[in-house]
Amino acid sequence: MSTVEEVEGTRRDFLYIATGAVGAVGVAGAIWPFIDQMNPDASVRALSSAEFDLAPIEEGQGITVTWRGNPVFIRHRTPKEIAAANATPMSDLKDPIARNVNVAEGSDAADKNRVVDGKEQYLVMMAICTHLGCVPVGEAGDYDGWFCPCHGSHYDTAGRIRKGPAPRNLDVPPYKYISDSKIVIG
Amino acid sequence: MSGHSNYEFKNPVVNWLDSRLPIVSLIKGQAMDFPTPKNLNYWWTFGGILAIMLVIQLISGIVLVMHYTPNTAMAFASVEHIMRDVNYGWLLRYMHANGASMFFVAVYIHIFRGMYYGSYKEPREVLWMLGVFIFIAMMATAFMGYVLPWGQMSFWGAKVITSLFSAIPFVGDPIVTWLWGGFNVANPTLNRFFSLHYLLPFVLAALVFLHIWALHVPGNNNPTGVEPKSDADTLPFHPYYTMKDLYAIMLFLMVMFAFVFFAPNYMGHADNYIEANPLVTPTHIVPEWYFLPFYAILRSIPDKLLGVIAMFSSLLILLALPWLDSSRVRSGKYRPIFKQLFWLFVFDCLVLGVVGGQPAEGIWLIIGRIATAYYFLHFIILLPLIGLLESPKPLPASISEDVLAKSDAKSS
Amino acid sequence: MKKLFKSLAVASILGALMSPQALAEKAKGHKDATNYSFSFEGIFGTFDRAQLQRGFLVYKEVCSSCHGLEKLSYRNLGEPGGPEFSKAEVKAIAAENEVIDGPNSEGEMFERPGKPADRFVSPFPNKQAAKASNNGALPPDLSLITKARSGWHGTLRSLFTYSLFNGSGGPEYVASLLSGYGHEAPNGEEKDGLSYNPFFSSLWIAMPEQLSEDGVEYADGTKATIEQQAKDVAVFLTWAAEPKMEERKSLGLIVLLYMAVFSAMLYLVKKAIWRNVKH
Repeated sequence: MSTVEEVEGTRRDFLYIATGAVGAVGVAGAIWPFIDQMNPDASVRALSSAEFDLAPIEEGQGITVTWRGNPVFIRHRTPKEIAAANATPMSDLKDPIARNVNVAEGSDAADKNRVVDGKEQYLVMMAICTHLGCVPVGEAGDYDGWFCPCHGSHYDTAGRIRKGPAPRNLDVPPYKYISDSKIVIG
Repeated sequence: MSGHSNYEFKNPVVNWLDSRLPIVSLIKGQAMDFPTPKNLNYWWTFGGILAIMLVIQLISGIVLVMHYTPNTAMAFASVEHIMRDVNYGWLLRYMHANGASMFFVAVYIHIFRGMYYGSYKEPREVLWMLGVFIFIAMMATAFMGYVLPWGQMSFWGAKVITSLFSAIPFVGDPIVTWLWGGFNVANPTLNRFFSLHYLLPFVLAALVFLHIWALHVPGNNNPTGVEPKSDADTLPFHPYYTMKDLYAIMLFLMVMFAFVFFAPNYMGHADNYIEANPLVTPTHIVPEWYFLPFYAILRSIPDKLLGVIAMFSSLLILLALPWLDSSRVRSGKYRPIFKQLFWLFVFDCLVLGVVGGQPAEGIWLIIGRIATAYYFLHFIILLPLIGLLESPKPLPASISEDVLAKSDAKSS
Repeated sequence: MKKLFKSLAVASILGALMSPQALAEKAKGHKDATNYSFSFEGIFGTFDRAQLQRGFLVYKEVCSSCHGLEKLSYRNLGEPGGPEFSKAEVKAIAAENEVIDGPNSEGEMFERPGKPADRFVSPFPNKQAAKASNNGALPPDLSLITKARSGWHGTLRSLFTYSLFNGSGGPEYVASLLSGYGHEAPNGEEKDGLSYNPFFSSLWIAMPEQLSEDGVEYADGTKATIEQQAKDVAVFLTWAAEPKMEERKSLGLIVLLYMAVFSAMLYLVKKAIWRNVKH
């Protein structure tokens, strides 16, 4: 008699646990749409690439364009700026990594790894200070590159962090040349 | 609600918390150990179903607001943006729209259950009246929510319903202008409806809290209408009714999601997929199905002011129901004449619902008038009268006795 | 008296079976849409990709000169559950259209070829221009047309169970209307600038017949009869009105199956808990 009761009891425990588990799976599945709705929607994702013409930018001039709602610096650097960037010894860099998704991961932050080979004069990078997201000011700071007025980060002429609280070099967005002077970002 | 806890918990942290804020013992006392009549049938599960529906509507609504734009120039397009671009946006919107309909399905069943078993009778009058206020708040919320997609039915529904207030003598027109914030339903109207549509559900939640509080003072009514006399008549709410309610909730949600996934526009109206146009009225304006009985009452009276009064009276008369029913017997189960009149009343409400969806002309107008007259007749004349005239069947001595008698009858 | 009561009862029961739209006023001679059977119907229904692509061709070559599709983007044509054109095809379709963009750095608006992320370019800049070019009649945007129209009106088809299983008849209405020209009005009547069409609510429609035998050339070799074109474009517009239909139905099957299993388990739990209680 008691064994029958025990077997029944075990069976019931199994039923309760199984039902609880199935219920938990259901709740998890039901929550997902409510979370995923906050992710970028299809119309936002569709705008993830943009084309820009670099030809009108004169030497020594920089423009700010928008990509996915964020500002992007495109600067036509002078030979002097490029030379200054190349002359900087790697040991002076706060962040030794290129931060360029277009080159091999972990490449060092040499100037050539911040631009496209043969197009060294055009520096393309996100205009977002890696500290807390402000937009740095161009042709400013101790290294004549960029200076972030929010918390005082100094970037050099290759957009590399040299002084101040920012942890990383300015990020280079994914981009490629689709003609001699046109790039597509994203 | 009591100040001090009667419970002693094994876990010291729980004990520490509970002696400072007795929330654990409140939950234990009111949601788990709460003595509940053991003979509640499945019609009683609709209370739990309604609680879940309120939560679903609140959550899906809050999430939809993250993508919706309350501006006449963008509202319609933002709804389509939700349907097409937002991740699972179509699911959230269809849940919210069909959820509103299913909310009303459940509330109507809940109301009729209360009417049949006399749940409005002493000592549950305040519980019932709070329920009526909840019903009215639900209707207001649903009406304003229906305006937000800014389709043709949204616009013209808003116009017709707000114009009801123009029936008020002397101040009617200024009131309507005030409601609109202009000289027609327009952007200011949409904005205030949006604001109130967001606010009212929280008022609704507060009313539901009071409703449950008022329920937990006398405890649940039950199919016999005889109050529990001893512990043998009741069961703890958990796990008996939590699990029974959960099962019923799941079945109800299955029906709802069958609509959401396979017939999501069945309960809606095609005209609401046309953007609002203040210059063109659709040929046949009908409110959502859950308003149809009241819409029929409004239209059955050929005078503007009296029609509006009749419509609001048909709702407000429910507040007086506990005093209109003169019978000393609570449950309709033991009232042979009342039982028949109850079903006739249900039929009458269905007829009103059908009439409300038809053009107000010819035979429909006549049927609508008869049904309207009967609606009020039921409350004002029949209910007070039959309480005095009918001779009820003998009541069981207790819930347990009734349950035993039934299971004996089943086994023999 | 008894007879009156009886007929009232019958009328109300009949009425109860009708959907609210059932007895909306109806012009004499107005016809219900033909109930075509489409591949997207039913809980397992999906769109026929080839048919969607054919329907798009009809829209592009015939309808798009007057009717916009403003809620759609070109990219939608390549998304799953739709016509599923290839990426390159979508790019080419988008580039056929001139999109007004700007202002540029000189403050001027300029035209550029469309991109997949752009919305469908409407044929007219605004409603007034659309009316002015169409004798004062506004060609409606077609983004939601199959959801904004119903096909069943006064017959037994307005039984609510019928529309539960057959939908509101929007796609059928579009197909019936487009292939419903060529009839003479019952009394031989003619109206200036209007065409007789028994599927149109007022019977007289401002849009003249648009489809013709072999009016478009289908790449897949399907014979382009008027009815075929009408059905194809109706299916395309059904997708355009509800691009997430396939996603909805396939998710729905999983969700309902789950709920059926879970409620069966809950029933057993409930039974086990109540096993010793007489109630």
